[in-house]
Amino acid sequence: MIKDDKNLKVRRSHRLRVKIEGKVIGFLVGSAAFITILVTISIVWNLAQQSLGFFSEISIIEFFSSTRWSPILIPREFGIAPLVAGTFLVMIISSFVAVPIGLAVAIFLAEYAPNNIRKILRPMLEVLAGIPTIVYGYFALTFVTPLLKLVFDDMIIFNALSAGLVMGIMIIPFVSSLTEDALISVPNSLRQASYALGATKFETSIKIVVPAALSGIVAAFILGLSRAIGETMLVTIAAGATPNLTFNPIESIQTMTAYIVQLALGEAAHGSVEYQSIYAVGILLFIITFAMNTLGHWVVRRWRNVY
Amino acid sequence: MTIENKINKVSLKVKDLSVYYGAFKALEEISMDIEENQVTALIGPSGCGKSTLLRCFNRMNDLFPNTKIEGQIIYDDIDIYSQAIDPVLIRSKIGMVFQKPNPFPKSIYDNVAFGLKINGFVGNYDEEVERALIQSALWEEVKDRLNDNAFSLSGGQQQRLCMARALAIRPDVILLDEPTSALDPIATVKIEDLINVLKKDYTIIIVTHNMQQAARVSDKTAFLLSGENRCGKLIEMDATEKIFTTPFKKETEDYITGRFS
Ligand SMILES: Nc1ncnc2c1ncn2[C@@H]1O[C@H](COP(=O)(O)OP(=O)(O)O)[C@@H](O)[C@H]1O
Ligand SMILES: [Mg+2]
Repeated sequence: MIKDDKNLKVRRSHRLRVKIEGKVIGFLVGSAAFITILVTISIVWNLAQQSLGFFSEISIIEFFSSTRWSPILIPREFGIAPLVAGTFLVMIISSFVAVPIGLAVAIFLAEYAPNNIRKILRPMLEVLAGIPTIVYGYFALTFVTPLLKLVFDDMIIFNALSAGLVMGIMIIPFVSSLTEDALISVPNSLRQASYALGATKFETSIKIVVPAALSGIVAAFILGLSRAIGETMLVTIAAGATPNLTFNPIESIQTMTAYIVQLALGEAAHGSVEYQSIYAVGILLFIITFAMNTLGHWVVRRWRNVY
Repeated sequence: MTIENKINKVSLKVKDLSVYYGAFKALEEISMDIEENQVTALIGPSGCGKSTLLRCFNRMNDLFPNTKIEGQIIYDDIDIYSQAIDPVLIRSKIGMVFQKPNPFPKSIYDNVAFGLKINGFVGNYDEEVERALIQSALWEEVKDRLNDNAFSLSGGQQQRLCMARALAIRPDVILLDEPTSALDPIATVKIEDLINVLKKDYTIIIVTHNMQQAARVSDKTAFLLSGENRCGKLIEMDATEKIFTTPFKKETEDYITGRFS
């Protein structure tokens, strides 16, 4: 066959095509990667530049040590603490929902659910993940808040609790799918070893599979909470616009993201301190989520089990 | 030379056991007696159903969906496949060690203690862990590093840890599925020595594709073979010496002498 001239030609031209295709695809993929990096760099550059402007007017010491954030109302003060507190308050509340439920859902899907139920539940979670965040925002404001008000009658309409709870619901699919991946990657040989010692399914799931997948689970939690920190729409609508250094969940607060939205929509003059302040808040937000994501990935790598 | 067939007490009695994976019949009408404090070897070519049979003894086949079992295995005067029996209970009496060492990603100590914990053992854990590790001939090597992760051990040590883990809950029977196939020769010898010691206290069933191993460690040998339809059958079972010197069936002789593998 090799001697067959015609075939050889066909083969050669095929090889050439494969070669060209490889080059073209390589170029496209490479330039896409390059553009992504370029965009990231320019965002960080822009953030850094604008916040440098901010920090030339406001000392970085005031930024981190003052406990009042009042960018417009006089006396103006730029202490980031209330916004950070608001952000973390919502995140912590959301973790009370997303961590246990996300873990339970993942354990159910990975260890218990028969195939047909899994096939129904997974797409349902994906739908939950696909709901626009603004819908969650109005759900919090118009449904969850009135319900909570029945319990806490001195609760403010815009409050951290309602936003945090709904945020928790919102990130369940994210947490559960990452957690499920971690559970599924635990080899079956460990489950069998556990059963062979007389363990029940529950004991096997909780005492063997979950600990074996712990690094992946912790990473899922961290990445999920990092999402909660970066989430904007929900907290803008439901958590309030009151920079408030409090850990009282039924009070109105403001998160870092919500502040950025508020100011960006307002009429702060370009180049003014309050305008530049959103970049300062933005770069801090970027650093926090970047640190959390890095931590999440580090946890996975550091504690990955070699089964 | 005469080979006497000692009469021992029967620990597990298999009666007309057939196993199906979905529509596929993996084992057909197996009947055999597993004697107490003896080592029984299951030999036969790959795919003839040795592991399948072994997993029947502690109901591990239950974990695979679509598995169907017909027939009985009588243990302690009860059929372990009768409705009223909880497989979890069976497995705490009939332990298992797998082909590939599969320690838990926990400390050496916790690996051994795990079975005790889930079986609700109240008493001195340190003592029991030590006993199990001594029994599995691992104690001297690990006594100073009980809190190290089990993965820090070598493959052979991991397998002996898996033995210790199974021994910790004081089972009656230990099932070994090709326990040395992933180990080097030195580690293999250690496990074989261990088996010889353990049979004083336990009934042992070992699957092996290595005939020398079967000859070295076992008292009884059962030869399984699958026919045209891939369905495994018990060809014969007898004292190991007999199987390896004067087997009754032609198929056994062919297999022993390596005429097919
Ligand atoms: N969980 C399973 N599902 C379906 N078929 C299986 C399963 N386990 C084993 N088998 C089949 O049953 C037969 C016997 O397998 P096995 O007991 O593992 O043989 P051996 O241990 O003697 O090599 C093989 O044909 C194998 O493909
Ligand atoms: Mg096998």
